[in-house]
Amino acid sequence: MPALILARLALVEARRGGLLWLAAFALAAAIALGGFFAELAITEARLVQVALVAAILRICAVFLVAAQVVASIRREIEERRLEFTLALPVGRSTQYLGRLAGFGALGLLLATAFSLPLFLWAPAAPVALWGISLALELALVASAALFFAMTLAQHVAALAATAALYLLARSMSALQAIASGPLAGASTWHELARRALDGVALLLPALDRVTRTEWLLYGAPDARSYAAALGALVLYIVLLAAAGLFDFARRSA
Amino acid sequence: MRDERPLRDVASLLWLLLGAALAAQIAARALQAPLALRSADLPPAPSSAALRLASFGEPEATARLAMLYVQAFDYGGTNPAPYRQLDYAHLIDWLRAILELDPRSEYPLFAAARVYAEVPDAAKSRRMLEFIYREFLADPDRRWPALAHAALLAKHRLHDLALARRYAAAIQRYARSPALPLWARQMELFILEDMNELEAARIMLGGMLASGAIRDPAEARFLRRELESLERRLGK
Repeated sequence: MPALILARLALVEARRGGLLWLAAFALAAAIALGGFFAELAITEARLVQVALVAAILRICAVFLVAAQVVASIRREIEERRLEFTLALPVGRSTQYLGRLAGFGALGLLLATAFSLPLFLWAPAAPVALWGISLALELALVASAALFFAMTLAQHVAALAATAALYLLARSMSALQAIASGPLAGASTWHELARRALDGVALLLPALDRVTRTEWLLYGAPDARSYAAALGALVLYIVLLAAAGLFDFARRSA
Repeated sequence: MRDERPLRDVASLLWLLLGAALAAQIAARALQAPLALRSADLPPAPSSAALRLASFGEPEATARLAMLYVQAFDYGGTNPAPYRQLDYAHLIDWLRAILELDPRSEYPLFAAARVYAEVPDAAKSRRMLEFIYREFLADPDRRWPALAHAALLAKHRLHDLALARRYAAAIQRYARSPALPLWARQMELFILEDMNELEAARIMLGGMLASGAIRDPAEARFLRRELESLERRLGK
């Protein structure tokens, strides 16, 4: 199974590149920071701890996955290993999806490891739902990073594009709320800008509805909204994979 | 592992430069006084929309981090009257924005009632009590403990029985939670009882601990410390 081999290679490369140590460091730093802030709190100490540890771990996991995918793919292209694999008798879709599966598995491992400490301070069911959501969110980040690393010619540009997509997706609801707030002006330009923002939002995943800290603090979400949020994530992963396959099929080398 | 030349191959001038730069950095940082957050430094609060934008989809974590940030102003072990110099207009804007960011958090109103309303400045205390009252009306079942404490402060610190009765009546009228202890259900009577601040505080704290209204160990610790300080102050 060539796709499985490529997936395994992605995991082996992450292990050899020291990602395990970075993840362990992120875990230790998040737990230490959460403990420190909880000591400062005069009330809700447990909630302070779980909220901050979860938020820090989420952003660390996203950064680790994005950086790993971009570095791995750009190195493969620059060392001309990609040219070599393209010449192999393996379909391009298999090659692309094999890599994506490897990075998705990496996200799953990170999400599992980063969910474990949260069981100390939050009920099991919300933590499990948070962990599943994080795994899918990391798969989406891996899809975006893979797409940008394949299409853009520079490390920094690929990483910046991934970060921009991710951060914009997480802030879009807040931006839309600001744009349509009662204090916003009613000029034509403002209306145009608001509509443009709504248009951009249609192209972004709703990342502010997934992996929510409020699940850990105030209880698990209802099954319907949880399934809808995760379904939207899966849909966006499919979209990014399709865009990536489209670009990869046209690639000459 | 990277292929490296042995350490002895590094020129002694580079060793010296590295050591001197490191020593200079440590000395420079050690000579700098730590940056104390004074009362005058509390900046105007951002709008809740701006805070929400800056939270990147993590409003609950950002709300708690913002509370710890605000709490650090004008607070220090040697400060004889912590929080007294704070600009309460800014402070209330901060607390309101944080509460809008996570309306289910009890932290902003707990701090408002137990820390900021207790300053020995009647005007500032009244302002904070009014803030608590207005915010209580938005979610009485969750926010009644802050208003109950506000009623006690109004009676015993501000000696304003009418204000205390107004807060007590609001709790009786609007709070419907089954977790509400008996004394809170009859808050107006409780306020009118002829008891001093310490006795009332003991009943409140004991009742809240017994009813399970206080689940957080840090909060229970903080309230016990407050009670001990009250006991010392009133000489009992």
